[in-house]
Amino acid sequence: MAKHKHGAPLSDLQLRVKALEAVLREKALVDEEALDALTDHYENKVGPHIGAELVARAWTDPQFKRDLLEDASATVAALGYAGLEGTHIAVKENTEEVHNVVVCTLCSCYPWSTLGLPPTWYKSAPYRSRVVKDPRGVLEEFGLYLSEQIEVRVWDSNADLRYLVLPRRPGGTDDLSCAELAELVTRDSMIGTAAVAAPAREQ
Amino acid sequence: MDGVHDLGGMDNFGDVEREVDEPVFHAPWERSVFTHVLAMLGAGHYNIDEFRRTTERIPPVPYLASSYYERWLASLVALLKEKGVVTEEELLAGKSLDAGSDRLPALDKGKAQYITTNPISVLQECNSVPRYKTGDEVVAKVMSPAHHTRLPRYVRGRRGKVERNNGAFLLPDRNAHGAQATPAFNYSVRFSSRELWGEDAPAKDSLFIDLFESYLEEG
Repeated sequence: MAKHKHGAPLSDLQLRVKALEAVLREKALVDEEALDALTDHYENKVGPHIGAELVARAWTDPQFKRDLLEDASATVAALGYAGLEGTHIAVKENTEEVHNVVVCTLCSCYPWSTLGLPPTWYKSAPYRSRVVKDPRGVLEEFGLYLSEQIEVRVWDSNADLRYLVLPRRPGGTDDLSCAELAELVTRDSMIGTAAVAAPAREQ
Repeated sequence: MDGVHDLGGMDNFGDVEREVDEPVFHAPWERSVFTHVLAMLGAGHYNIDEFRRTTERIPPVPYLASSYYERWLASLVALLKEKGVVTEEELLAGKSLDAGSDRLPALDKGKAQYITTNPISVLQECNSVPRYKTGDEVVAKVMSPAHHTRLPRYVRGRRGKVERNNGAFLLPDRNAHGAQATPAFNYSVRFSSRELWGEDAPAKDSLFIDLFESYLEEG
């Protein structure tokens, strides 16, 4: 039986993947350097820090915010943040009146090029089944309580557009730089399952 | 297909379980499955709609019991066999038996880097005039096609309003089955939560979903 370096036997699943890798490599249907480049991109380069940069800039630059809301695809492309699963993108702004939250009920569509790959919960049956029907209940599980006065908009991204939420800027952040603001912005706030918390202040 | 993947609105799947500081991949095999799916997609062995179609064909029990990348692996293997790229005998042997005739060149490093950072537009030219415009009342058709579709069950038969025309894209219902490319207009359609879920839903809330023209009729 094949062993990995710690000596434990490989599972059937791992063996199946190893077999597939070997067959495709021997047939020269994959290029190791390309696989490494894909790994590097999705593990090291792309992630929520890109979306956070966009959000912080939208909070501090009214023209950029207008551009982002009107034509996010062109705006992110100009910054080099297009790519697979993110070329066609729309940004939805949370306000005092409206809260947006994003899902893909049929699979796992997600703006890879601005948020990286989705977390497991986003791809899971509990989230996909329930957030369209009971968004307020799901958001409460995430610790986000919305008043009845707020209109909830759920975006089921089932086709070619990907969605990014522009969360509300927390109060008490007027003195923060764009970079400091970006530090506050979480992945979940850009999916719409969280609000951006104000920074903890030293006494 | 009215498969188990069409999860919107189903009950009893439990709480949303979140992982703190979740890694991008939980194991090397997940990374391998992900990169191979992209590499073979990028090389042109299949399109994204075909990949979704084979994922949806996983029967309900294994679909729900499998992890996300287990489903990707099953879908990748099914597609590569369907396309004649690999055979089960080769996978069992763990080596090429020189089966299959598919010899598309591998996705190279430059192309891999390109497709992850540059606009990969899938917008299509569409010669027809859009049938709907912003503000039009529409109804999502009632249909239960055996083929792949991106019209989920929970909106079928429901009345909504066109929010905007997203432009034309390849109709997944055809693209998933290797049919001739069919550009079709796609619309962001808004449904009130009460229209979808009944009178107990909050009055103000709504759901937006992107639907192809052939999924709609005038409301």
